[in-house]
Amino acid sequence: MKPRLPFLLTGLAVASINLAFAQAEHFRLPKVIEAGAGFSIQSNGNGKAKLYLIGPGQVLMRDVQLGEATSLAPGSLCYAGRYLAVLAAESFTETHSFDVVPASAPANLSFIAKPSRLPVGLHDGITGAVYVFDGYHNLIVTPKSVSFVLSTPGGTMQKRTAVTNDGAAWTSMDSTAQQGIDNFVVRLGELSSTRIVAQVPGDPCGLTMSARQMGQRVQLITDPVRDCNGNAVPDGTIVTFTARQGGTQSTIDEPLKHGIAEVTTQVHPGTTLSVASGVVMGNQIGWDK
Amino acid sequence: MTGLKFLMILFAGIAATIDSMPAQVPVHVAPVHLHGPRPLEQQSQAAVIRDYIHAWQSFHIALEQNRPELLNADFVGTAKDRLAGTIQQQDKLGIRTQYQDLSHDLQILFYSPDGLSIELADNVEYDVQLIDHEKLLTKQRERVRYFVVLTPAEVRWKVRVFQSVPE
Repeated sequence: MKPRLPFLLTGLAVASINLAFAQAEHFRLPKVIEAGAGFSIQSNGNGKAKLYLIGPGQVLMRDVQLGEATSLAPGSLCYAGRYLAVLAAESFTETHSFDVVPASAPANLSFIAKPSRLPVGLHDGITGAVYVFDGYHNLIVTPKSVSFVLSTPGGTMQKRTAVTNDGAAWTSMDSTAQQGIDNFVVRLGELSSTRIVAQVPGDPCGLTMSARQMGQRVQLITDPVRDCNGNAVPDGTIVTFTARQGGTQSTIDEPLKHGIAEVTTQVHPGTTLSVASGVVMGNQIGWDK
Repeated sequence: MTGLKFLMILFAGIAATIDSMPAQVPVHVAPVHLHGPRPLEQQSQAAVIRDYIHAWQSFHIALEQNRPELLNADFVGTAKDRLAGTIQQQDKLGIRTQYQDLSHDLQILFYSPDGLSIELADNVEYDVQLIDHEKLLTKQRERVRYFVVLTPAEVRWKVRVFQSVPE
């Protein structure tokens, strides 16, 4: 008999633990629920109770009949996060935690492209960052493959692919050689989001003027002003003509009109004429007439 | 007597100060390993963490007192809408919840190239209490991993995405 006693005691201990577990468990529910999915909670016992589902994103309360299943329709819990399910009856209150996780299918892309306007020909001048969300705007943190495409009206394309890391992905693109309105698109499966990026001409390049006598005065006129990629610099850009003679200097600022700048002024022999636009210097002419 | 009165006022003042100060919650910050191209300055990192921890205090008080306006300083967009919706539901049901953070283990994950968003992960431990018509129904300790996206506002970083996932 003696050897059986410890065995019997162990058996009793296990049985009492099982009994305690069974007594504690007044209801069961899935530990993980996909956002927006329907589910049910099975309770034990008799009588009425209140079921609370509480989380930072949502709170629900239902009157339940113990011993019956309580169904929560699809769309009842949509926001991802840790929730508590609390079943409160007259004789007990029991709490379980569970998680609502984002739906697996992406439905929204939050895409930010910067800048919206920039000069042509800048290496890595355009950046894009995207966050991937499900249909309830929960951040999907499992990796997803996205593609970024920057296309010009002329059909030139740059394409990059990236995999989201913790819900986010990014890329950088060069601004192209041609001015114009480009489309910057991010795609994930059938989803896409587009941003407009305006590429404008860069600084003038090879700024050149000529001078000719016009009666008593001299006409200074630039060649058509273009950037280094051949894009016309926009009208209104200021061109500065400078005349230096001895210790004196005079300047005239003139906006581009129809792609060129011109002025007519008095110039004395021995004057050095120069042209500039912003920090870009053009040619010099020595006027000896 | 005058001395005793002075001491009482002094201790009352100290007690009031301690009461109004936010509880010092342990915050551990992991070394930064960003998966973006933009470096994160120490000052920006400190500001983001400070504002995020402050957001937890607002979250805690707003849901405890059912006062959605307390979210305005620290939350924006989806995060604010959801929390405000929860407060509205709580108020309707006559319940309150209390989320008391106990510790944060933070890691900055992503700083977008334009500088307009920062994502961080937070392994946070907190106590949740559910109070129905002033009766405490349950208190439970939870440990979850939060993913948080913050965006810059006028003078601070505000929480735009505030979402936990199973650890």
